Amino acid sequence: MLNYFWLALIVLSIIFGAINGKITDVTNAAIKSAETAVELALGLIGVMALWLGLMNIAEKSGIIRLLAKLVKPLTRWLFPDVPADHPAIGSMLMNIFANWLGLANAATPLGLKAMQELQAANPRKDTASNAMVLFLALNTATICLIPATMIAIRASSGAENPTEIIAPTILASVCATIVAVTTAKILSKLPVFKKQWLPPESNKKNISGEQS
Amino acid sequence: MDSFSQLMNNVSNWAIPFMIFVIVIIGFAQNIKIYEVFVDGAKEGFNVAVKIIPYLVAILVAIGMFRASGAMDLFTSLISPVTNLIGMPAETVPVALMRPLSGSGSMGIATELINTHGASSMIGRIASVMFGSTDTTFYVIALYFGSVGIKKTRHAVGAGLAGDIAGLLAAVFFCNLIFG
Repeated sequence: MLNYFWLALIVLSIIFGAINGKITDVTNAAIKSAETAVELALGLIGVMALWLGLMNIAEKSGIIRLLAKLVKPLTRWLFPDVPADHPAIGSMLMNIFANWLGLANAATPLGLKAMQELQAANPRKDTASNAMVLFLALNTATICLIPATMIAIRASSGAENPTEIIAPTILASVCATIVAVTTAKILSKLPVFKKQWLPPESNKKNISGEQS
Repeated sequence: MDSFSQLMNNVSNWAIPFMIFVIVIIGFAQNIKIYEVFVDGAKEGFNVAVKIIPYLVAILVAIGMFRASGAMDLFTSLISPVTNLIGMPAETVPVALMRPLSGSGSMGIATELINTHGASSMIGRIASVMFGSTDTTFYVIALYFGSVGIKKTRHAVGAGLAGDIAGLLAAVFFCNLIFG
């Protein structure tokens, strides 16, 4: 799906760039965006190191295991393929809490850590597991308790009541999360997506061979 | 509502120091060599960041080109007759279309709408709520899957976009309900 989407974006931008006489802008945007991507990635190194370091302490001291135990019923329903005491559960929880609080600097490194741990339990290393897609759904449609960025923008524009958007934002983001999780659950049962990912039992032999 | 936002602000201000404090104290109490263990974990940070570069380049270049091409205007004029029916002002359509693609792009459009029409106008309110109602789906997918080398994303795009559409429509609905 990402293949088609990528193709569509590139083809459409070149066609419309030509029609609108903006082809130089399109070229410049391509080059500028490539630079931005590297800046974004390199900018992550510091916070990434900070949170991976802290998570290593949290893991070794049993904090993560305790957290995972507390929400076992919920995670068992959301991620039936991931064992309840798997380290991925703890990282995913920390990421989700950080997202809810709007702590993007903490949420991203914790989410990337969770992805690594989900990948360790994934029998097909180039294919997303059900747990990964569900975790992605929780991240792309995250519940937003404090829309801090928007409140700041509204305040700086001289709004009388910059925080009036908190209630509708919480409600709308909860709707987004519910729909994203439900869709992920339903789509994972479709034959098209199901056959791309065999359950671990039938694929055990591959695990040792494919791990890098 | 203001006391709630105050509380939530306090929670987010204290969350990170609190988490760091608890992790370090418990780690120390459990007889863990916290300094060595921290450094050991932190080493991975560089690898993760470098690994996501090609994936981010691929997705951000395509989105950047699309934004620059002016294709958005056409989509906006195509969709706005439909969105008018559900109480979604045509001005906010570009925010909705941009939201899953680009965080900075949709923020820019929303900021411009707020400054032009006022933060307390329906357009300003809907744009604000749209921005907070969902995250940048394609960036998150490229970043998270890229970090572990996943190439077949299966139903992730479908689930993410379904969440986006729900969040954006809910933003229109709740704004009309609360402020209408």
